[in-house]
Amino acid sequence: MSDLPHQEINGAELVIKVKRQMQDVMDPELPFLSVEEMGILRDVIFEKDHVVCIITPTYSGCPATEVIAEDVLTAARVIDNKAEVRIAISPAWTTDWINKETREKMQKHGIAPPEGSSHDRSFLTGEGRVIPCPLCKSKNTKLVSPFGSTACKASFICNECLEPFEHFKCI
Amino acid sequence: MNNSQLKNALLRLGDDALILGQRLAEWCGHAPALEEDIALTNISLDLIGQTQSYLSLAGSLFEEGIKSDDELAFLRSGREFQNLLLVEQPNGDFGDTIVRQFLFDAFALLRAEHIAQQSFNPEAAGIAAKAVKEIRYHFDHSSKWMVRLGDGTPESHSRVQKSLNDLWKFTGEMFISDEIDRSGLESGLLPNLEELKKEWDVKIDDILSKATLVRPEDGFMQTGGRKGIHTEAFGFMLAEMQILPRTHPGASW
Ligand SMILES: [Zn+2]
Repeated sequence: MSDLPHQEINGAELVIKVKRQMQDVMDPELPFLSVEEMGILRDVIFEKDHVVCIITPTYSGCPATEVIAEDVLTAARVIDNKAEVRIAISPAWTTDWINKETREKMQKHGIAPPEGSSHDRSFLTGEGRVIPCPLCKSKNTKLVSPFGSTACKASFICNECLEPFEHFKCI
Repeated sequence: MNNSQLKNALLRLGDDALILGQRLAEWCGHAPALEEDIALTNISLDLIGQTQSYLSLAGSLFEEGIKSDDELAFLRSGREFQNLLLVEQPNGDFGDTIVRQFLFDAFALLRAEHIAQQSFNPEAAGIAAKAVKEIRYHFDHSSKWMVRLGDGTPESHSRVQKSLNDLWKFTGEMFISDEIDRSGLESGLLPNLEELKKEWDVKIDDILSKATLVRPEDGFMQTGGRKGIHTEAFGFMLAEMQILPRTHPGASW
């Protein structure tokens, strides 16, 4: 960037460029979704003389957070070599930040997306709630375990096509 | 509450989560079924994550200089840990682990719900708000297992009843107030433990009745964790937890 000392740094422009760059930073646990689509990238701002990318972990102990921070930093530094990544845990990440299009992408990739809103307690653990099979769309499915291969997923099995599948938990 | 009281309150929150997280991690590769292996280690991971947040915050309050979460976890001696005795109890059989989890989850959930809503320390509120979402799943999981084991076969019933009887003496410590709890209550950071006990009783009794288990009598209660006086098993666990960073200071992946 600005190797000319007298040149004014255009913060707003840098932010736009970094944001564009962020579209290619994928969630390592769901590599078909960007950190922005996942709601992990909370904001890109300009502070004093550099860009700051604010990210939030999905779960307190999510081991992907460090990798994501590094990937975001690497991508941001392509535009601004002084760019910085900041991890903010408040407000707590919620599946409510995952929009409809992103949920459809999950579905296409064989992961049953979060259903409903995190404010509805009955959605939290799936009691009396139907999670359709992302493969054959059958509603005849069963919760195997509320925990799965990553912190954010629960394990299900489809009674129709007999395939096991993962469900992105609502939090 | 003053700086030192706040620091200690945060250490307790971090230590409870850390020690239980470490215990659960011992199940990795040993749980009775793959799903349970994954569940227990996922819960462990959530707890270690909460630990990192609480201990980092506590570490910023040391007068002699900032301490990192790793320093606090790996370089303190046994007497410096202030976790509840309940969470350091050995894993025992699967029933012991589930009962320990269930008794703690109900308490941890109520405590975190309070901390998430107070405004005395917004950073702690942020950590707790995140923790609440996670602990809800933990409590749901341990509750379901209590019912499944208690209302299961005669053997699972009698074994989990025994686990409950054995661990009950560690539940009293959760509700004892000392100077740190009192100052925390005054400032708003920590809940009123007497009130919290009533809510805990409701949660516990509800599940125990569904599980056809008998709530043990409140007899002698063993305490000491909050003062750094631990049970025998704790030292062995700590040695295992700390050996790597103590043998190879500064080791990294
Ligand atoms: Zn199916």
